[in-house]
Amino acid sequence: MQFTIEVGRYNSDGNYAPNAVPGEPYPPPWNRSPVRRYQTYTVDLPVHAVVLDALIAIREYQDPSLAVRCACRSAICGSCAMWINGHAHLACKSKLQEFTKNGKTRVESAPSMPVIRDLVCDMQPFWDKHLAVKPWLQAKEPVPPSDQEYRVPNASMEELIQEVSCISCGACLMDCESFAVNPDFLGPQALAQAYRYAGDPRDAQTKERLGEYSKPGGVWDCTHCYECVTQCPKGVAPLEQILKLRRMAVDAGYTNNAGTRHADAFASSVKHSGRLNELTLMPKSTGFFNIVGQLKTLPSAINMIRAGKLPPLIHKAIPGVNRIKAIFERVGGRFK
Amino acid sequence: MTRDHDVLVLGAGLAGMRAALEAARNGADVAIVTKVHPIRSHSSAAQGGINAALGEGDSWESHAFDTVKGSDYLADQDAVEIMTQEAPRDIIEFEHMGVIFYRAPDGKLGTRAFGGASQARTYFVGDITGQALLVTLYDQILKAGVKVYEEWFATKLLMENGACRGLVALEMLTGELHLLRSKAVVVASGGLGRLYEPSTNALMCTGDGYSLAYRAGAPLMDMAMVQYHPTTLAGSGFLMTEAARGEGAYLLNSEGERFMKRYAPNKMELAARDVTSRAEATEIAEGRGINGNVLLDLRHLGPDVILKKLPQIHEMAVDYLGIDMIKEPVPVRPGMHYQMGGIKTDVSGATVVPGLYAAGEVACVSVHGGNRLGANSLLDTIVFGRRSGHASAQYAAQTVRSGGGEDLLQSEQARLQGLLDRPYSGETCAGLRLELATMMDEKVGLYRSDEGLHEALDQLREFRRRYENVAVGDKSRVFNQALTFVLELGFLLDCGETIIRDALIRKESRGAHTHVDYPDRNDEDWMVHTLLTDRGEEEPEISHLPVTITRWKPEVRTY
Repeated sequence: MQFTIEVGRYNSDGNYAPNAVPGEPYPPPWNRSPVRRYQTYTVDLPVHAVVLDALIAIREYQDPSLAVRCACRSAICGSCAMWINGHAHLACKSKLQEFTKNGKTRVESAPSMPVIRDLVCDMQPFWDKHLAVKPWLQAKEPVPPSDQEYRVPNASMEELIQEVSCISCGACLMDCESFAVNPDFLGPQALAQAYRYAGDPRDAQTKERLGEYSKPGGVWDCTHCYECVTQCPKGVAPLEQILKLRRMAVDAGYTNNAGTRHADAFASSVKHSGRLNELTLMPKSTGFFNIVGQLKTLPSAINMIRAGKLPPLIHKAIPGVNRIKAIFERVGGRFK
Repeated sequence: MTRDHDVLVLGAGLAGMRAALEAARNGADVAIVTKVHPIRSHSSAAQGGINAALGEGDSWESHAFDTVKGSDYLADQDAVEIMTQEAPRDIIEFEHMGVIFYRAPDGKLGTRAFGGASQARTYFVGDITGQALLVTLYDQILKAGVKVYEEWFATKLLMENGACRGLVALEMLTGELHLLRSKAVVVASGGLGRLYEPSTNALMCTGDGYSLAYRAGAPLMDMAMVQYHPTTLAGSGFLMTEAARGEGAYLLNSEGERFMKRYAPNKMELAARDVTSRAEATEIAEGRGINGNVLLDLRHLGPDVILKKLPQIHEMAVDYLGIDMIKEPVPVRPGMHYQMGGIKTDVSGATVVPGLYAAGEVACVSVHGGNRLGANSLLDTIVFGRRSGHASAQYAAQTVRSGGGEDLLQSEQARLQGLLDRPYSGETCAGLRLELATMMDEKVGLYRSDEGLHEALDQLREFRRRYENVAVGDKSRVFNQALTFVLELGFLLDCGETIIRDALIRKESRGAHTHVDYPDRNDEDWMVHTLLTDRGEEEPEISHLPVTITRWKPEVRTY
């Protein structure tokens, strides 16, 4: 069957990321959108072929200058995450037929990562984030003798298989909405790995980890867009792991941050009036006595007023709000 | 640019990273050179598990005997004893590092059954055991701050006065060639699956280390022993873990019969891999296959076992064949999987070349002999990775680093430039590799014959001649994969030649080497290893070493 592939070509020969030092942490901002040239190829492949089959066929028999990372071809090694029709996918797991739109499939390096050449991007920002969450076990004392394992329930190990299934392909980070505007955000993969260790019963540093992950750039910088859950090819569902970390962090007492205050303000408003009081949400999240923080939100507030998005000045409760309160009482926990 | 270290490790799979970690722990300034990011290494594709005699009622002797019997008595028993004795501690160490091994109800490590084993002694994480070990070890490397040269492609080892003192590598990101000098080099660059089509191996398993070490003077041992895995997915050839059969899956022929009862009445589907692969090939050849495949039937295991313990292969069968193994059997066939032979080392990973060490699939200690048992390869990587890391660090502590090597850097520069300058001749790297790999599968695969092997050797000579005309279709500096593919094809040709030559030498059938002209095992003449040593333009030198026997005399092998 004939497939048409449009490949985003780019060759940085001689001028790749002039501000980068190989092996050193990557200083943003990097060149997120170099000028790509789109080149169209036609390949003849079996009906069930995947995008990677097409790229390999092109590289082997049509254009040896096409650069693409790939190894296992079976969604294990994590090499071939790239943008396919504008979203991050593994090329080896994406069927050409499903991705053919208007007679073609467009493939390019994800624009959120610095591109080195063609479909090869620089993954250094991704690995830097991975390293930043201290992704190793801080063994809990007493460490068993060298001929004995930690005795833990199988359920506690099985629960972590979801995170360990991560193949570090980077698809989640490539399409992360928060990372797109904030390069400092640790991102979905790193935070999923953070949970993998924070949630391990053999780890001794769970509390310290939760403190670290609650800082700016951490769990509260996620905007719940669910892109990472949608794009992850291995079902790791990073957002779910981020939500687990948030609950653990709040339970561990890390509440003095905008994220927790925002969640509290949200819940409190809904509990007392049955709906969101947007007028008080921002000040409460920032902290009432955080004058500098409050002033920083002013420009957005002014923009909202200009755009006619000013919330009503008098916030009224909905009818039957007592039934909502009852729900909060019934659920219990932090917002009771 | 020139860089100096005490120990250089080539390859960042389990063996390489374990070696690097151990060398660092022993005070060496160690660096890893790897052509792919460590996490991309093919160790992550190991699915089923890792063996150790750790449970009550099990013993290292039992594990060792199973391994020796599995090897068709070609493994060196002293090495097997070391591996099986040290296995429990190495696995516990990985548990302490954080690997989320499956637990028994008492919270201790739990096991699953595996082929050729008399006890269930395979420890595992779902069907992603290799990946679970690899990410944990990678994170330990990060914690220890080991220097990793990522996406650096080694082109040649640096030799001085007969000793290995570093290597030259191409930095993919910049296209720059670097000289890396050291006191010792550990080659842990993995297998050579791209030499066969199809193969379960990844695209980067191109036998780099075998060729580099061979060309540096280290002999390659028992290269004829190429394992065909019994269950590779129809079409793509991807691995369907032996753990499926370990959990109880059946192999069926076109008549719906569990045919293994005629080949291995006691162990059935859990016979050793060579036995099972040949049984499948016989069924297919005798007309009881289905389009060249047999069926792997997991339906009776139920969705719970499949989805919890074998989720990855479930996903792969859905993705690549559109088959849900909960409801339908999966067509599988034997496919090239693993090289038992390799760079000859002693039990500390040392080769006969001073300063040169090897570990993992690329090495041949030999613990796998003629046929490797499932879940012994991960064990091999971590035991002998650790031992080679230790030995290389000790060696480095009493060795002076090279001060030279500039001439090698220049000659390599000229060689690569020569490749880039070759005119286009119509000969493509991909086309030649496919011809080579198809030929290897046909003539040097599951069954070999004198006639076929001689033809294969002739063809290989012709491929070598044609290789001289392969042009590099890309002239860029940055990430020039066309250039590295040509270099890889050169490595594959060396691997292919040594495999064919070794297969021609061994006039018997043993383990994975099934010779139709000599269908029986011949213990009188062939309880020996074959070593091939490079002699440049001349044919390689052939030598033999007796198999080390400590306590298990060769017996008739039945399952």
